[in-house]
Amino acid sequence: MFKELVNNLTIEIFGLTGRLNDTINFFIYDTLKILFLLIVIIFVVSYLRTHFNTEYVRAHLQGKSELYGNILAALFGIITPFCSCSAIPLFLGFIQARIPLGVTFSFLISSPMNNEVAIALLFTLFGWKITAVYIGFGLLVAIVGGFVIGKMNLEKYILLDVKPIEGELEDVGEVKMTQKQRIKEAWDYTYDIFKQILLYVLLGVGVGALIHGYVPADFIAKYAGGNNWYGVPLAVILGIPMYSNAAGVMPLVEVLTQKGMLLGTALSFMMAITALSLPEAMILKKILHIRLIGIFFAIVGFGIICIGYLFNYILQ
Amino acid sequence: MKIEILGTGCAKCKNLESVVKEAVAKAGGFHQVEKVEDIMKIMEYNVVSTPGLVMDGKVVSTGKVLSVEEVVKLIKEE
Repeated sequence: MFKELVNNLTIEIFGLTGRLNDTINFFIYDTLKILFLLIVIIFVVSYLRTHFNTEYVRAHLQGKSELYGNILAALFGIITPFCSCSAIPLFLGFIQARIPLGVTFSFLISSPMNNEVAIALLFTLFGWKITAVYIGFGLLVAIVGGFVIGKMNLEKYILLDVKPIEGELEDVGEVKMTQKQRIKEAWDYTYDIFKQILLYVLLGVGVGALIHGYVPADFIAKYAGGNNWYGVPLAVILGIPMYSNAAGVMPLVEVLTQKGMLLGTALSFMMAITALSLPEAMILKKILHIRLIGIFFAIVGFGIICIGYLFNYILQ
Repeated sequence: MKIEILGTGCAKCKNLESVVKEAVAKAGGFHQVEKVEDIMKIMEYNVVSTPGLVMDGKVVSTGKVLSVEEVVKLIKEE
């Protein structure tokens, strides 16, 4: 539907041809498509999320056995919003409720990884199959990563002395709100996120459009070595400082895959962007020993790298 | 009434603080507004997502920035 409209606009009305048409057509089409779907998906996700909050998750994770707790925590990561600014109260609150360290980490890995912007962009740019693969393997990293951290007895690296609360937490239940309030809250949230990422999306799609129009199709395969052994780890390292720019980076990644970047490498890159965030590490450093943060990054990074290699291997 | 804003200094927490101040001015009456940044105190309120809003020792909202109207309504209800 969009495609024809945009074709009409750039070819018939602007009279563009060749590469310039390719570039501008791609920019307009992709921007419209991404912004439209972003609004719809973020709205739906944030509407569903008005039912749950972190207090709800904490009450439901308390007293769960280890592996089951890890799985549950990773799944809860999908339905709760995450802001790295509340990483500290979240972390300490979980420990205070005697939720094991490993289970806490499962949540802490899954929640930012399955954030609404990443899911909306993946779905828009790569379709539901890749989105499902991303969420599925993201959950796996969160579950296994958290489980391994739990087995390593790292509690001594929590720098603050948290007094565990006695007894059970009250079951806080789902968040109570009227239908109208939920819609309003979801809409406010969507608008807020939209404002924050609009510029990044435009920038990302803009640079992507230039690459789309002017860089030869096999460029990455030819010069950057699409299937070099170091492609995946390099992508993961590059992804660490990019958390806040995910909205701009993902449209770029789509174009790079068209130019020969392997899908497994792209997948690792995007997972590293969302799961390994430098600002979050800086915040957690106030309450966790640097060694624990290092182990957390190493385990998650290792998992993500394995997934990248696996997919590059399968899809070849 | 004593109104406390729980937050460790993130952008959202500062937003909520200014919203609350505006709401207090609108609602009228005497209210004491205090920002709580000590994480241990925040924990005592059982709040795990900041910013949190506490009125006379009761947690009324967590994890989000309310609008001025919403806070005015809460002040009048309490």
